[in-house]
Amino acid sequence: MYESLLNHANRRYLRVSLWLCGISVALYVWHDPLSPPNGGTWLGYTLGGIGAALILWLTALGIRKRSYSSAMGTLRGWTSAHVYLGLSLLLISTLHSGFQFGWNLHTLCYALMVIVIASGIVGVVAYQRYPQLMSANRAGSKPDRLLEEIQDIDQRALRIARGMPRRFADLLRANRDGTALGGSTRNILAGRDSSVLMVPSNKGAVSSPNSGQSAALTWLGDELARSTDGELSRRIGDLLSLLAERRNLLRRLCRDAQIRGWLDIWLYIHVPVTLALLGTLVAHVVSVFLYW
Amino acid sequence: MTKVVIAVVGSGPGGLSAAARAAGIGVSHVLLEQTAAHANTIQRYQKGKHVMAEPNVLPLRSPLAFAAGTREKILDEWARGLAAQNVNVRYGAEVVAISGEKGDFHLKLQDGSEVLAENVILGIGLQGNPRRLGVPGESLPCVQYTLDDPEEYQGETIVVVGAGDAAIENAVALSKQNTVYLINRAGEFARCKDGNLTLILKTIEAGKVNCLYSTQCSSLVETPEGAKPYELSLTTANGQMQLPCDRIIARLGAIPPRKFVESCRIKFPSSDPTSLPLLSANYESNVAGLYVIGALGGYPLIKQAMNQGYEVVEYIRGTPVTPADEPLLQSKLAGILGHLSVTATLQSMQARIPIFAEVNPLMFRELMLGSSVHVPKAGEVVFKRNDYTNSFYTIFSGSVEIQVDENDPAKRVVLSTGQFFGEMGLLSGRRRTATALAGRDCVLIETPRRDVLKLLSSVDAAKAVVDHTFIVRAIQSGFAPQAATDELLPIAANSKLNRFRAGQVLFTEGDEADSLHLIRSGSVSVLRSIGGREVVTSYVAAGNYVGEMGLLGNTQRSATVRATVATETISLNAATFGELLQKNPRLRQELEETVRQRVASNTHLQGQDHAGELISFLLKQGLGEATDVLLIDETLCVGCDNCERACAATHGGTSRLDRAAGPTFANVHVPTSCRHCEDPHCMKDCPPDAIRRSPNGEVFVGDNCIGCGNCERNCPYGVIHMSGPPPEQPSLMSWLMFGGSKESVYSKLQGLGRSHHHEPAAIDAPKAVKKAVKCDMCKGQDGGPACVRACPTGAALRVNPEEFVTFVKQEASRF
Repeated sequence: MYESLLNHANRRYLRVSLWLCGISVALYVWHDPLSPPNGGTWLGYTLGGIGAALILWLTALGIRKRSYSSAMGTLRGWTSAHVYLGLSLLLISTLHSGFQFGWNLHTLCYALMVIVIASGIVGVVAYQRYPQLMSANRAGSKPDRLLEEIQDIDQRALRIARGMPRRFADLLRANRDGTALGGSTRNILAGRDSSVLMVPSNKGAVSSPNSGQSAALTWLGDELARSTDGELSRRIGDLLSLLAERRNLLRRLCRDAQIRGWLDIWLYIHVPVTLALLGTLVAHVVSVFLYW
Repeated sequence: MTKVVIAVVGSGPGGLSAAARAAGIGVSHVLLEQTAAHANTIQRYQKGKHVMAEPNVLPLRSPLAFAAGTREKILDEWARGLAAQNVNVRYGAEVVAISGEKGDFHLKLQDGSEVLAENVILGIGLQGNPRRLGVPGESLPCVQYTLDDPEEYQGETIVVVGAGDAAIENAVALSKQNTVYLINRAGEFARCKDGNLTLILKTIEAGKVNCLYSTQCSSLVETPEGAKPYELSLTTANGQMQLPCDRIIARLGAIPPRKFVESCRIKFPSSDPTSLPLLSANYESNVAGLYVIGALGGYPLIKQAMNQGYEVVEYIRGTPVTPADEPLLQSKLAGILGHLSVTATLQSMQARIPIFAEVNPLMFRELMLGSSVHVPKAGEVVFKRNDYTNSFYTIFSGSVEIQVDENDPAKRVVLSTGQFFGEMGLLSGRRRTATALAGRDCVLIETPRRDVLKLLSSVDAAKAVVDHTFIVRAIQSGFAPQAATDELLPIAANSKLNRFRAGQVLFTEGDEADSLHLIRSGSVSVLRSIGGREVVTSYVAAGNYVGEMGLLGNTQRSATVRATVATETISLNAATFGELLQKNPRLRQELEETVRQRVASNTHLQGQDHAGELISFLLKQGLGEATDVLLIDETLCVGCDNCERACAATHGGTSRLDRAAGPTFANVHVPTSCRHCEDPHCMKDCPPDAIRRSPNGEVFVGDNCIGCGNCERNCPYGVIHMSGPPPEQPSLMSWLMFGGSKESVYSKLQGLGRSHHHEPAAIDAPKAVKKAVKCDMCKGQDGGPACVRACPTGAALRVNPEEFVTFVKQEASRF
């Protein structure tokens, strides 16, 4: 009963878009102007007009998206049309240019449009691919709950450490305080766990990378190997399994943030470059008519 | 001992108003309040709560002032009024028995003393008294039965006794800054909401609350030289133990006041716990001189109770007043009053309409206040088939025609003066099963669902008539639209109305098949035993039937059928059904077709491994009683929250939907959003009757909400919340990029290693006026629900019970 944006209304807008492309290509092939094909022929103007109108209409999705009480179709329909007609723009504007590129304002306008469309393609691919991965990674849980579970593990681990030598509680606190996910955009997109651990040693505390709880697990492993006390060994074992669980949770959180990041990041290019595109488009149109 | 003219029991709004009126006109009186302050129920509201003054149209008639405002302001105002009127109040005076008769009542108090009075006004409300600890030492000052503000206590050892929602919520709230023990008499938590169960088990597991199972309190003593001021002795499964503590909070529920009221010889019309005492038009009970006002008499709103307090004193003095609601009724009845008075018109209504005949005049007055009178033109549609309205109509004059056969609009049943219709929608909570058209000179009384249910629970005769009529009409519309009503009477007489609790079995696989069940309300799931395991193979909603295979020749039940929620069915046995088959030759064919479809559907679902699990999951989420539910496909949802923003933007800035919250199974996510239950839990206890159902099925909260929070507590799915003014709008740039965003999970990620304790909330911050908000399915907006319209990826879908099985089939095939 669900219908994705690409399948909306039996792919009505894919068909519209293919028709539009087909007619444009046919006209381009059939058309034989005196000069080499360019934006200044009647077909060039027609394709340019269609392209400019498309750009304005495609931009209007931003407004339609926020017109929450609008009953003009569904947003899914609009987005579906946005995707398919947006893709056709690539062909239409290329035909409009007659493949004449240069270091000028017109080509800048074209380049910006390509960036917008390319980022849009990234978005469509992300939208098709990531929700499923995100759902699988969350496995019915939620990021907030994963965070709570991590805090829970920290408390349980500290309770176990109460009956152990002080260095264990110190290590657990250092492990907790050194945990750092996210932070920078790059870290989020890479799904990097940039945690560090201040490991107590003879020369004072030494900071070591603790991605995936590696340093903490190694430290505990060493302690276990050295331990001769049965009760202490049992407790270290408990701590090891808690930290292993903590590692899994951190991994899932990183992955979740990473996916969310990729679902969002393309918009940071798509939207501002669209604004730039609108500006250069106006300049492109005005300059063309000035030099006419 | 002096005798007063009026003794008022209970200092709620009604009692206060009565006592103040008596004081104001110099009638000897006493106001008996069992606690240490007036208006105990309102004292127990949370600090700063805004109290509303519904119904707005009703004028206030009381010597005490009352207008919407904060709890503190209203209580202060009343305290000033009590002093100004010089009211004779006795605090700490719990009445344990009332004996005697008019002119000579004896009120026995807890402390053994007695009060003599000529008349008694009972205004003790419905809250009841908290169940006591019941051990030696229970009256020590460390024992309390309420918890206003958990933040008040820090660093104490507190014992919470009880295993219900209140005990759990208190224990968890206190555990943040105290050592908390929870005493549970049973071996598990069986009486609480699911959410609280998860919460408490998690809190116990985390070691924040120490829970003692199968444990009972045995005594409590002061220990002045001990480490803690008190010591509680406990009987556990392993023997006795002592628990030193600072405080004991007993949350053992309340004893409903009914037993006490009955001990005063006041009669109730039925054993139904919701039924109300029989009262005269002057609020006098069957015991002469003993009056009942306020919530106990069925009037839960503050202003109503205050007016009654005033009026009842006037009645006792023998100076009758016209009730405060007279002008309201006058305008309501304006169209049909003519030269008659309101009272005379109401009397003629009761005389003409049999189901109202036995209703006491006071209750009928109240019923009419909630009802509306319509004078439709001949041929006008009263309601349409498939409308979701659930009000009840009675015919005051003229006639009404019901189109009983969907396929033949010309076939109509004519109902005449005194008869009623609309009970099918009312009782099942489902869509209207037929269209009703007004006849000539028609005057109709439309009564809202809540008032009718109140009537049916109080007047047995009315209930019997409605139930019988329901059966006849259900059989007619379900199996024999061609048959005349009279022909069906003997068949209806042989049919049985059955009630099943949630989870109860209607019949078991392998049983002898002897009857068919027509589901009148609720829904059932069909289970088959496959490889020793019970697998859900189908779901059947109200308005349909189950067990038909048995009557078509199969002698054994082929599956087990179980009620998913509280369900009512009408069962027809084989002999009765045989008569029906004779009356309607097409029926056999129709039933065979139904069987064919159901078998096909069942085998299809059985072929899919996870279909049963998915149905079970969805039923657990309340789809068994839902009429419309939002389901999100997680493989399509990108988490943009545009659905929530659309909801907020179209509903005054507050979203009624929490997309991320709620459980997920496979790819189907059930967000926290209203299911629009067929018999909505939220509607059950709404004092101003602000929750209604519109013709299209949306359950919505009206503007007259008083913010009491009952609906929030009654909703098992946690989809209603009390909300103040909306949050501030996002900045322009974030609006441009994302349309404004909430606190992101990244900011939390960055804070992970740092602080773990919460900032305490500002305790004395003034509370904004809060009202209940919930999904109204964008009632009145074009294009349907905004959440679905605003989803860019097609992940949001609303499903109703009719589409439920198709939905499961499609989803299960994608696993």
